[in-house]
Amino acid sequence: MNSKEAILNKIKQNQPAVVTNLPDLNLLSSENPDVLATYKTVLKNIGGDPVEVANYDEIIDYIKTNYNLQKRLITTIPELSEIASLNWTNDDPHSLQDVELNVIKAHFGVAENSALWVTDDLLGQRVSPFIAQYLAIIVHKKDILASMHQAYERIGNQEYGFGTFIAGPSKTADIEQSLVLGAHGARGLIVFLLD
Amino acid sequence: MSSEKIIEHSEAAARFNKDVERVNWHDETLWFVREKRDKSAHQIPDWELLRETASKIKNNVLSNIHDYLVEFEANAQKNGIIVHWAADAKEHNEIVHSIMAKHDVKQMVKSKSMLTEECHLNDYLAEKGIEVIDSDLGEYIVQLRKEPPSHIVLPAIHLKKEDVSETFHEHLGTEKGNIDPQYLTESARLSLRNTFLTRKVALTGVNFAIAETGEIVVCTNEGNADMGAHLADVHIACMGFEKLIPQRKHLGVFLRLLARSATGQPITTFSSHFKKPREGKEIHIVIVDNGRSTQLGREDFRNSLKCIRCGACMNTCPVYRRSGGHSYHNAVAGPIGSILAPNLDMSKNADLPFASTLCGSCTNVCPVKIDIHDQLYKWRQVLVKEGHTPTAKTIAMKTMSTVLANPTIFNIAGKSGRFVMKNIPGLVNNKMNKWYDQREMPEVPEESFREWYKKNSREAKAKDNE
Repeated sequence: MNSKEAILNKIKQNQPAVVTNLPDLNLLSSENPDVLATYKTVLKNIGGDPVEVANYDEIIDYIKTNYNLQKRLITTIPELSEIASLNWTNDDPHSLQDVELNVIKAHFGVAENSALWVTDDLLGQRVSPFIAQYLAIIVHKKDILASMHQAYERIGNQEYGFGTFIAGPSKTADIEQSLVLGAHGARGLIVFLLD
Repeated sequence: MSSEKIIEHSEAAARFNKDVERVNWHDETLWFVREKRDKSAHQIPDWELLRETASKIKNNVLSNIHDYLVEFEANAQKNGIIVHWAADAKEHNEIVHSIMAKHDVKQMVKSKSMLTEECHLNDYLAEKGIEVIDSDLGEYIVQLRKEPPSHIVLPAIHLKKEDVSETFHEHLGTEKGNIDPQYLTESARLSLRNTFLTRKVALTGVNFAIAETGEIVVCTNEGNADMGAHLADVHIACMGFEKLIPQRKHLGVFLRLLARSATGQPITTFSSHFKKPREGKEIHIVIVDNGRSTQLGREDFRNSLKCIRCGACMNTCPVYRRSGGHSYHNAVAGPIGSILAPNLDMSKNADLPFASTLCGSCTNVCPVKIDIHDQLYKWRQVLVKEGHTPTAKTIAMKTMSTVLANPTIFNIAGKSGRFVMKNIPGLVNNKMNKWYDQREMPEVPEESFREWYKKNSREAKAKDNE
């Protein structure tokens, strides 16, 4: 008998005789009268910066003002080709190590924890939101949901190879509980809230 | 390591308590984390319902885990993931090594995995000539110091920034005496970035595995699991089989609870869902038993398998806070570790269920409602019955039960006790008597309550008046 069979047999023998029911997730409330306000407050609390914009031109202006365009800027969004390169998604992921700013889009955001849901079709490369020194994510205001329950309803059976919720910049408090932004991933996160 | 002599929890705690200032600091630091958890939990009006829901999902998982595992494996394989099964720590380590050997790789970057601590993977791989670098900052610090993590979420919580500064000065050449956490973190970032960029194999833990989809979820704040996995050719993910949950939508419940219970954050920075490998790359999942199926069969203790490793029970525990994680001599410390450890090795870990006041705070904060303090109490009974308690305690308990069962002996014992404490206190107030450790005894009364009652009860007084 191999280990798989041995483990499964022992589990079958030892697990409780009666299968208990799964609970009803619909009992959990997702109410929030002002998801946008909550989203912004929570994001600021965890070290991210919300920036409300009306269109892509405002995003371009913001980036021109706040980032050094001489450094390497990448994106997966054609509207931003004026300031960031689109031609990197088939490169060796290690070659992204010198990226200063990566600008991507999210499917939606979640007000209760400010997390943004992204999958590999939006990332260009899986490592892109982690390896860049700074990260900016664009999300439509209408795509801010109240809770994680709504988030998974929205994800449903979505097909992806990799997906992640990103909430704020990479951080650590492993040295005496002192919060430091920029542990291994992005040192800062801008969330562009688009009309 | 298992070959070393274990220092019992009470002895290790006594040593930890010698530095009063440091113990107080440790205590306050963890209580601060507990308070952050409270603040965060109180912002969710449904918090108790959320805990109840999570508990019910986990109960369902335990009652049907055989089928969920079969479903998970089939779906993971459909997604192109290679699944391995390990009966124990040894087999787990051998599987990981065989994957390294197949790819002829001698270096690994690892993100946090308490399971690999449980299996002593790093030591095993070191013997095989494989270098492992732990990439979670806290784990990196303790690894450089050749110490185990002292907490499952906050591995270096027992260290002060001065300690980290010295360690980094020695190993990374940072400025001597510079204790700025920002500076120290930045130094580790630079060093580990180079590691991520040069490793072909990355190992991570697993927070949740979804039967319905065959995907796994890994949560970090630092992004280290992702930096490792997305830059490597091979991603090995190791999980105890109890990490399974039935459906993707159940993540909504657990991701709301995990970080809030752990550190008070609304969610970890990254909650990464790995479903398929990148093209031309590999994902391996190692499903590990290592005693879990035995625990599943212990009705009184199977609920311990519901644990999602948030560490809330440690942060709130008055014993953990004042004894430190290392005093538990087990990969998982604190209250939950003390109910998991005896299952792994009863005689080695017989002291741990006694490292508790049974105050129940752990049970109250547990996000999946494990009856932790009840299980600690039940383990004590199992351990005593199976003869795993120290001889002194067994003799003391037997003597006590004889004394308490016989009124005449009880009377004599009380009288002589009072006589001794009053006239020759040195006989009892000495190093041999644990009751006097850090305790002053009250003044000895002239007589016992029984004697007093005999003189002062209504009947006695009525007799006197006759």
